[in-house]
Amino acid sequence: MKTLKVLVSTACFVGMAVSTHAEESAALSIDGQEFTIQTAAPAHAENLDEVTSGWIYRAKETQALQLDDFDNPGFVFVDQAIDLWNEVDGGEGKACASCHDDVEQFAGLRTTLPRVEGGKVVTMEDLVNTCRTDHMGAEPWKYSGGQMTAMTALIGLQSRGMPMNVAIDGEAAEFWEEGKELYYTRVGQLDMACSNCHEDNYDTMIRADHLSQGQTNGFPTYRLKNAKLNSTHARFKGCMKNIRAEPYKVGGEEFKSLELYIASRGQGLSVETPSVRN
Amino acid sequence: MRIIGLSIAVAGFLASPLAAEPVAPGDVKYEDGVVEASLTGVAGDPANGRDVFKNRKLGNCLACHVNADMPEESFHGEVGPEMTGAADRWEEQELRAIVANSKMVFEDSIMPAFYQNAGFERTLEKFEGKTILTAQQVEDVLAYLQTLKE
Ligand code: HEC
Ligand code: HEC
Ligand code: HEC
Repeated sequence: MKTLKVLVSTACFVGMAVSTHAEESAALSIDGQEFTIQTAAPAHAENLDEVTSGWIYRAKETQALQLDDFDNPGFVFVDQAIDLWNEVDGGEGKACASCHDDVEQFAGLRTTLPRVEGGKVVTMEDLVNTCRTDHMGAEPWKYSGGQMTAMTALIGLQSRGMPMNVAIDGEAAEFWEEGKELYYTRVGQLDMACSNCHEDNYDTMIRADHLSQGQTNGFPTYRLKNAKLNSTHARFKGCMKNIRAEPYKVGGEEFKSLELYIASRGQGLSVETPSVRN
Repeated sequence: MRIIGLSIAVAGFLASPLAAEPVAPGDVKYEDGVVEASLTGVAGDPANGRDVFKNRKLGNCLACHVNADMPEESFHGEVGPEMTGAADRWEEQELRAIVANSKMVFEDSIMPAFYQNAGFERTLEKFEGKTILTAQQVEDVLAYLQTLKE
């Protein structure tokens, strides 16, 4: 039995060269700013004691990339978004900068999204596209496309370090319930729900992957796997395809409700946008 | 006379365990966490079963189970129990039920049903109506699991 254990852990060690279990002592601090990566779970996440950032479960090398903005490849896209911010587009001859003098005015916005307004879940992507169509006379950006994820990263960055704090009561309640329902519904040929991996089994290895709680506080996220920023909905889609399920529509009602519900499970975790994951 | 003789012969052929028709996923008989009969009537091949166990596109059992018999594989998941001694803990007929549809043995298990083709929600079109493993692959995995003794 003992030999066996040794064999196995050697195998794991050699192969991963990186990922073992979360280090209790790991702390996320960028440029002197401390991030909350672990905190007591909100009462409405009734099956969790603590909520934890996905950063905790990444390999040391991946973690390190997020510790310094010069090393964080997500900032290449943030820079692109600064250009987009100043770029005139659409029939009105305006840029974002024409109306919003500084993107810093959006500090705090990311912590409150998605929010429910007029009987609909409104995401950061929706806010940006509303300005493009209604204020600029421009074509909406593709919901999960490169320009959009760059811009949502730039706007999200203004809230970096602030705690997630979405509203789930009042008008939001029914959408939150719907998102919760989706979170616990088994789908696909593998017949799994988000909860099976991210609630029941976080902090265990699923083959080469160290399972996190599937939190959204780091989005958009730079992934080493595809070397670009990834939107929340693109990640949801990827997880659904992995369990051989037909994903809901990116930018559609189901994913927006799910996004609201998951954001609420991460209440209190710092915004890490743009985070780095594998 | 002739016609009767012929149909008997046909019926006899279909019922024969040597016939190539495996038990359909919906016809597998689960009785108290056990599936008595082989799904194919053909003895499982443990070498192929070993491949099914680790192959990411087949069983991918290694995604969730540490398996000391495969030290050459780098990534062993730990969502489920270690596989060493599985053959000591379970009879072949129990293992058949666990692999074909684990939920018949472990309530609400995360472990997928490997020989089940209906009752799922939103299955991707290319997997719709299909089982993850073929009946023979299930039998092969069983033959392999039976070699995993303490
Ligand atoms: C012609 C003016 C105008 C332009 C150009 C414009 N916006 Fe806006 N933006 C507004 C106004 C006004 C609001 C307030 C909400 C509303 O009425 O739509 C707003 C709201 C927002 C909000 C939501 C703020 C909140 O707290 O809810 C975001 C995010 C935003 N804009 C981003 C952008 C981006 C990114 C661009 C460029 C792609 C842009 N805006 C271009 C006028 C503009
Ligand atoms: C079979 C297991 C499995 C299931 C089921 C699953 N995921 Fe994931 N998910 C993963 C893995 C593996 C990762 C990458 C490692 C990690 O962060 O957990 C991941 C990552 C994520 C992340 C990124 C976390 C971060 O910090 O960047 C989010 C968000 C997420 N999943 C949401 C979901 C949602 C929503 C569902 C259900 C629709 C779901 N997952 C279902 C395995 C799963
Ligand atoms: C997504 C995770 C997952 C996958 C994939 C998976 N299993 Fe499991 N398996 C489990 C879990 C979890 C249990 C423990 C029972 C439970 O709690 O549901 C288990 C239990 C078992 C058991 C009984 C364990 C014991 O010794 O008591 C066997 C045998 C088994 N699995 C074999 C397999 C085989 C063979 C495959 C692939 C064809 C496989 N599993 C794929 C998660 C998984």
